[in-house]
Amino acid sequence: MIQILGKTNIDFLGKKYYTLGLSFLIFLLGIFAIFQINAGNANLGVDFAGGLSLQVRFSQPVSLTEVREVLDKSGVKDADIQELPTEKKILIKLKKQQEGAQDIIEKSLKENLAAKEPIIESITEIGPKIGERTKRDAILAILAATVGILIYIAVRFRFHFSIGATVATFHDVMAVLAIFYLLDKEINLIFISALLTIAGYSLTDTVVVFDRIRENIGKVAKGAMTLEALMNKSINEVLSRTIVTSLTTLMAAFALFFFGGEVLHDFAFAMILGIVIGTYSSIFIASPVVLLLGKNSLLKK
Amino acid sequence: MPDWWKKNLPNKGVVLGLDLRGGSHLIFEVDLKRARQITIERIGLHLQSLLEKKNFKPSVKVEGERIFIQPVSDEVKRLVRENYPDLNLTEQGQNIVGELPESAFKRVETTSVDQAIEVIRNRIDQLGVAEPVIHKQGENEIVVQLPGVKDPKKALEIIGKTAQLEFKLLDEETTLWRELPSLIKQGEEEAFLNQWKAKLSENNEIVFQKIINKDTGVIYKRPYIVKKEVLLTGDLLAEAHVSIDQRFNEPYVSLRFNDAGAKIFEEITAKYVKRRLAIILDGNLYSAPVIQERIEGGNAQISGSFTLEEAKDLAIVLRAGALPAPVKLIQNVTVGPTLGKDSIEAGKMAVIIASILVVLFMIVYYRLSGLIADFALILNILLLIGALAALNATLTLPGIAGIALAVGMAVDSNILMFERIREEIRLGKTPKAAIESGYKKAFWTIFDSHVTTLITAAVLFHFGSGPIKGFAVTLSLGVAINLFTALIGTKTVFDFIYIGKERKSLSI
Repeated sequence: MIQILGKTNIDFLGKKYYTLGLSFLIFLLGIFAIFQINAGNANLGVDFAGGLSLQVRFSQPVSLTEVREVLDKSGVKDADIQELPTEKKILIKLKKQQEGAQDIIEKSLKENLAAKEPIIESITEIGPKIGERTKRDAILAILAATVGILIYIAVRFRFHFSIGATVATFHDVMAVLAIFYLLDKEINLIFISALLTIAGYSLTDTVVVFDRIRENIGKVAKGAMTLEALMNKSINEVLSRTIVTSLTTLMAAFALFFFGGEVLHDFAFAMILGIVIGTYSSIFIASPVVLLLGKNSLLKK
Repeated sequence: MPDWWKKNLPNKGVVLGLDLRGGSHLIFEVDLKRARQITIERIGLHLQSLLEKKNFKPSVKVEGERIFIQPVSDEVKRLVRENYPDLNLTEQGQNIVGELPESAFKRVETTSVDQAIEVIRNRIDQLGVAEPVIHKQGENEIVVQLPGVKDPKKALEIIGKTAQLEFKLLDEETTLWRELPSLIKQGEEEAFLNQWKAKLSENNEIVFQKIINKDTGVIYKRPYIVKKEVLLTGDLLAEAHVSIDQRFNEPYVSLRFNDAGAKIFEEITAKYVKRRLAIILDGNLYSAPVIQERIEGGNAQISGSFTLEEAKDLAIVLRAGALPAPVKLIQNVTVGPTLGKDSIEAGKMAVIIASILVVLFMIVYYRLSGLIADFALILNILLLIGALAALNATLTLPGIAGIALAVGMAVDSNILMFERIREEIRLGKTPKAAIESGYKKAFWTIFDSHVTTLITAAVLFHFGSGPIKGFAVTLSLGVAINLFTALIGTKTVFDFIYIGKERKSLSI
């Protein structure tokens, strides 16, 4: 039998004030990121902000400065030019719709960079109304999913657990959002599906830990063990599953990251962050929150 | 395979989304506010000329969505009511004020959208796109999906231009009719026109009528020879709607021209009695009714052996030139064919590499049990693809991401059970007992984690749009299937190996 971890006995909850403090800071950063996104100071995809985005492929490597020069000359204003993870490809974004901008960009690229054979690979043009609606739908989806899960866990476990799971899941979403904001990565519809995937994954992790805690509460006689010790025991028991699952999921996410092409690249990046943070939160955030909320009331009477 | 069996099997593979095979996803918005305004303005104009003819020296003004009519008299009111029974009339000082009830406006709005859809559909037929999808979304939006369009700009140009409704005379004198085939296949129009160009006289041209075989759904084109001269254009048409003949209970289309149109129409009908007048929208012939008599006053009827549906379609076509509710492009997502192909290749590559890594890891870490888990995994993916094909679901890039997550969860279910079984073995249980209690204890954990994921997926499906929906579909299918393969599939294999003869060791 190969084992990554044998029987462990780590005092995870002993460090709860440090980990909760750290996570609170990350949470604040996430809130800050949300305000910045709302104020339009983040790299928001056109699917939310509205506007025009063109993906251009060249036959040879091209620098952002030369593309910017060409666009400045053509009279297209406020173009945002980004490199894509795939070589020889760039993304040109316009926040505001400008009449005929797409034609002007295409023409001036073809004229000035003819040797590099620019080809427009994809066009995304979104009216402001659709952008607003997509944003509203995304927020609504996140809220509804949160409420649904809150209710399910409250029914299957106890209310304290429901709060703990929600806090941990929310924490992960905020942390990934904060990192994307700090790295100035594009926040678009694909990123939102990544966030929801992360939420689902982190929740599974937390449910597994809670399941074991519930099982152990049922087994341990009253007074034989404090809730904190019982939680530590439970987390240790499921630790090898947590690690092995995180490993296999990370393998898949890294494969998407390296081989999945530019569209899945950022999705995979968010997933990698989410797996690491989600594993952390299911151990260091979810249970401590439950512990702080219901120290005594949860043990068997 | 027996027929009943084949009938219930999906006849197509998994359909790829536009992001994977390339194409354009467009959303148009019909300007309903403008449609309402145009309607009320048209009524105003018509009333003005109507009352002028009866020597009332009228003044008809439109402000907002209300019509102010002078002078105030019962006779004027009667005339207005006669022509527009829908209009609510009140007297306010020096004016008769006419207002359309909201129900009438709603009708205008619905017909505007239907009409815009018909115009767009007609345009797309000209583009020759295979399997276009056109449907209404919400109140005033039209979604158009064009797979494999190579030149989206040209497509947009063609879709966006104003509808051109023309009336031309059918050329019944030429003898070429005898040579003309009654039907040709869709897509062969251009070749057909080239072949016939030399034969036609310079005053003639060929237009096509779309004919759909009701049994097979195959589209044919019927060629007609018409005179090139445009006798009348759609902008002179004020209204067209479907009525039902009381005596024969047959539907017919009644149309009304504006004053200028009425005069021209009178001349045409006088000159060409018993000839056929072709109604042509954007180069497509829709109907070619026979002129029965000279028609004065601009009110005409087209009757024939219509079904109600056909009559409605014809009215829509006629109105397309009459009431142009502006249509605006509000979303254009176009993926070039090369990018789509790259995405498929990259996606395939990533999925294959991820699968190999995970499959190998499971065998190395859990040995025989890992192999069983891998079989369950492959079964899971096969069932998932089968389900997608059976449901006619469209596979998009986010959909592939959903599959990836579902597969991840499938592996996790097995890991959960195996770790549990290992715990039981450490407690000193026999392989058979360890498997039994391991499964039992892991069951609810797996169930809970899957249900929470299903909740998320269901919510995403309900609230999400476009790409997020695709993600939700594959994820929820994958999770549901996994509940079966992970909990029942692997257990069956384990039982097969370990039940009966009590084995001493467990390969896990």
